[in-house]
Amino acid sequence: MSETSAPEVQSSDLKVIKNVTFEILRYSPEKDEAPKAQKFQVPVIKGMTVLDGLLWIKENLDASLAYRSSCRMGVCGSCGMFINGLPRLACNNQIIHLDADTITIKPLPNYNIIRDLVPDLEGFFDKHESIQPYMIREQVEELNNPTGEFFQSPDELVDYIQFAYCIKCGLCLSACPTVATDDNFIGPQALAQAYRYNVDSRDEGAKEREEELYSSHGVWRCHFAGACSDVCPKGVDPAFAIQLLKQNMFMQKLHVHKHKSATHIIPWATEHVPNEKIPQAPERTVK
Amino acid sequence: MKVEVKHRKNKLGIIGWIGGGRFGAERYAYALHRLTGLGILAYFLLHIFVTGSRIGGQQSWQNAVANFETPIFKFGEFLVFLAFAYHALNGLRLIITELGFMLGKAQRPVFPYVTSVHRQRPLFIGVMIVAAIIIIFGGADFYFI
Repeated sequence: MSETSAPEVQSSDLKVIKNVTFEILRYSPEKDEAPKAQKFQVPVIKGMTVLDGLLWIKENLDASLAYRSSCRMGVCGSCGMFINGLPRLACNNQIIHLDADTITIKPLPNYNIIRDLVPDLEGFFDKHESIQPYMIREQVEELNNPTGEFFQSPDELVDYIQFAYCIKCGLCLSACPTVATDDNFIGPQALAQAYRYNVDSRDEGAKEREEELYSSHGVWRCHFAGACSDVCPKGVDPAFAIQLLKQNMFMQKLHVHKHKSATHIIPWATEHVPNEKIPQAPERTVK
Repeated sequence: MKVEVKHRKNKLGIIGWIGGGRFGAERYAYALHRLTGLGILAYFLLHIFVTGSRIGGQQSWQNAVANFETPIFKFGEFLVFLAFAYHALNGLRLIITELGFMLGKAQRPVFPYVTSVHRQRPLFIGVMIVAAIIIIFGGADFYFI
């Protein structure tokens, strides 16, 4: 059996390439009346991300610096910040690629600041919840006690899979100029998720989402500035989803919309013989 | 014990239309579309006020028109034309794109991501070129012909 060893770390990889100034907007609700900038000198090595820089500051210069982070690989969506003029994920951007001697970091605009770089995302998640971002079906019994799987073709999957990649980082709302002046606008993230479920062939909840979507603060408040799609770190393209929602509504009014094909249930296989080479799944933890 | 947390407001407001960050051209087109729309609305109010002076008779109308025959108002009239040309042509683009046309089809996102904003950009550039040509010819007509 071949043995795979971890690649050796070259000493040149750990060499400090240059020192970069991190200019971070700090705010402490207990002592500050207004946010103020603070500068830190950070030695940069190859492959170092902005998040690595913040971790270095926290470990070596100022332990009181507050920010959110978790996965370090652009999956959890925790480390959204306003970095050098754009909302970005700190873990997704290497310092060298920013090509600047000073990196300005602020908390995400359009969200209240809790502390330093930590935005208050409560309103964001309320908007997400308001569009019922889950499968709605008339057969509730089938959802609770499934007798099989809902059929979905690969083509039907492609209709919505792009929009299902949302990691709820909130960058799109901080980039949106409509959100900047309208607190009640549902926003690109929630609207994109509404489209994601509306076009899913297994979902039957489009009617239930209508009231929220086509209200005065719904889809028609978007005027395709496109900034949400520009900053999305996962290629979700929320602006596209919103325009497609408008198209669906427009076509429905003209009675020329494409009807969603209804799904059907494929019963569980009755004579399933497990493959002995495949290990059994662990016991269910939720019953 | 519930601790009262004092959150700092960080809403961009109208500044966010223009100064939100280093975004693509479409975001600035959005801001300009709104500003030109408000400008045209202000012009219409003034226009109704001026034409309404005809109710007061011929002399009243001539007095009202005479007030606007100055270089500043002529330049203002050109700005209205400029705003109208931009707003009308960009509005056509928005009607097309906001109804989901010329934006491509939904697809699996593969890095580097190509979004609907990129896919409609030829339309955006084309519309801006046509607007620029109309504004240049209109400006020549205002001042030189």
